[in-house]
Amino acid sequence: MDIHEYQAKELLAGYGVKIAEGGLAYSPEEAVQRAREIGGNVWAVKAQIHSGARGKAGGIKICLTHDEVEAAAEALLGRKLVTHQTGPAGKVCGRLYIEAGTNIVKELYFSFLVDRSSERIVMVGSAQGGMEIEDLAANNPDALTKIYISPAVGLQDYQAREMAFALGLDAALISQAVKTIKGCYRALRDLDASMLEINPLVINGNNELIALDAKMGFDDNALFRQHKVAELRDKTQEDPRETAAGDRGLSYVGLDGDIGCMINGAGLAMATMDMIKLAGGEPANFLDVGGGASAERTEKAFRLVLADKGVKAMLVNIFAGINRCDWIAEGVVEAVKKIDMKIPLIVRLSGTNVEEGRRIIAESGLPIITADTLAEAAEKAVKARNEVVANER
Amino acid sequence: MAILINETTRIIVQGFTGKIGSFHAQDMINYGSNVVGGITPGKGGQTHLDRPVFNTVKEAVNEVGAEASIIFVPPAFAADSIMEAADAGIKYCVAVTDGIPTQDMMKVKTFLRRFPKEERMVLTGPNCAGTISPGRAMLGIMPGHIYKQGNVGIVGRSGTLGYEAADQMKALGIGVSTSVGIGGDPINGSSHRDILEIFEQDPETKVVIMIGEIGGPQEVEAGLYAKEHMTKPLIAYIAGLTAPEGRRMGHAGAIISSAGESAAEKVAILKELGVTICPTPAAMGETVAAVLAKL
Repeated sequence: MDIHEYQAKELLAGYGVKIAEGGLAYSPEEAVQRAREIGGNVWAVKAQIHSGARGKAGGIKICLTHDEVEAAAEALLGRKLVTHQTGPAGKVCGRLYIEAGTNIVKELYFSFLVDRSSERIVMVGSAQGGMEIEDLAANNPDALTKIYISPAVGLQDYQAREMAFALGLDAALISQAVKTIKGCYRALRDLDASMLEINPLVINGNNELIALDAKMGFDDNALFRQHKVAELRDKTQEDPRETAAGDRGLSYVGLDGDIGCMINGAGLAMATMDMIKLAGGEPANFLDVGGGASAERTEKAFRLVLADKGVKAMLVNIFAGINRCDWIAEGVVEAVKKIDMKIPLIVRLSGTNVEEGRRIIAESGLPIITADTLAEAAEKAVKARNEVVANER
Repeated sequence: MAILINETTRIIVQGFTGKIGSFHAQDMINYGSNVVGGITPGKGGQTHLDRPVFNTVKEAVNEVGAEASIIFVPPAFAADSIMEAADAGIKYCVAVTDGIPTQDMMKVKTFLRRFPKEERMVLTGPNCAGTISPGRAMLGIMPGHIYKQGNVGIVGRSGTLGYEAADQMKALGIGVSTSVGIGGDPINGSSHRDILEIFEQDPETKVVIMIGEIGGPQEVEAGLYAKEHMTKPLIAYIAGLTAPEGRRMGHAGAIISSAGESAAEKVAILKELGVTICPTPAAMGETVAAVLAKL
């Protein structure tokens, strides 16, 4: 789960990380009000969307007057921002963070990530901030310092010091840096975050270390014990289809193709999508209905796939393990009858009680195209999709 | 031979008396697995499925000589159950539970490293379908009947995609020595490489198929190991050709978050390392058949 910059900053401030003064605004009037409260004569109006690289997308505006704050807020609220992280669909900005301008002397990069290879937390820092970590890693890997932390003993002071020196800080800033780094680590650990990035971490004119941006991502599997974090979820930043699926206990990812998919198991789902692609088609979605796949779940999954009006054909691929093909076949037949499908449906069943399952589909009287193998299923789905498209012309 | 489990392995079920634990314990017993009891704290002394229930894993080890364990405990308590098994002297543990927090798994991995290697419990999973040595024993939730006994080792992240492979192989008359699910989580008990090392030592296994997916470094690490240390042919299929960057595809670990983690990149690296690639998920059976024919 991702959260907004202002939320991450609020959390980090609670762990002793210094941030610039700021406030949240939902309207241009509120934005001006926040600017008045903050005072001074420079403000940053920052679009709150779940993505990095907001600056490049025009999502951060520096303002010198209240009128400029108002105009910036007017321009950003409700606007769709497209970054390489949001994909072409972009994300709509519904909230603004108004922050006091910071006099930047130097920009640094700092983050914590879960490193899957070492199975530890890795702390990454660079004296070259502001750039994206991917670019930094690609262009100048030597400028990155990585320090591995065993979660059993936690971050040690010497490691925090080592990072502070690697960031090129002068002696006067070391103890402040250690405090900031340790605060970030405690936040990561206590809140079950899977990533925390401060880019840039800046030195300001008063020789203070300030988190100018903050990004945190959380382990979905740990949200059951992180109620405070779970409350920060902003559903407007998610694909509504994925949110609807999640609320129904299904795992769904919307894609750009037009062959809808319903499969049990994440690996088989990815493999089936690969097969569609290899057969010349494009999958419209990833959808794992899970092991159970009861009639009720099947119907919900059908509705979810078909809610995408771009879908021209639908492929169901179920490998029955714990459950049985005959139960699944009954569920599919029931769902198709209830929903009144207008597009071709291709069903491939395999595993326990497969003959019985196929018989139920065949005897249903419904125009369901059946397939015995994975390859056949994908080919038939692509063929059916092509026929639909040809008829539309 | 097979690896990790066989017909004599004394198995216990942690989360024995719950609905899911009971269902799969019965299924494993029906398959012929040597299930000697189970754990449900507070229900020690009772009998369930004609087998004794214990309060602690230690009691099960002491009283019925438990060697292997399977975990059906809910995510919030699963890490604790894994550590209990390791401390009690269980040799092999399968964690089926989906949804264990990453930090809990990091703790488990550190805990396991405290034991000297020869005494350290082997853990597979979490978020996996388990392990089966066809015709001998099943320690998992898979449909046992789709596996034919034979000499191909399977190691994979996914449950149903592993079934698909076994099914394709069975249709061609090819059998399996052992199939091991390592699970779909970002941090897991055993990596592909860990399991390849065990298959390499097993005289019955002639060929191994690795079923990987997007995300993480494990498939490439396994390919490097195979190139340097394996005498047996390795075949691989990597799922997720169509998966977009930065999106989680069902499994907690199935996410492309850095360079080298996409299916296309993994396939290119594995090819270079001399691993035989299944061109499509529909060709897993025939690719294995072709490699076997050349032995």
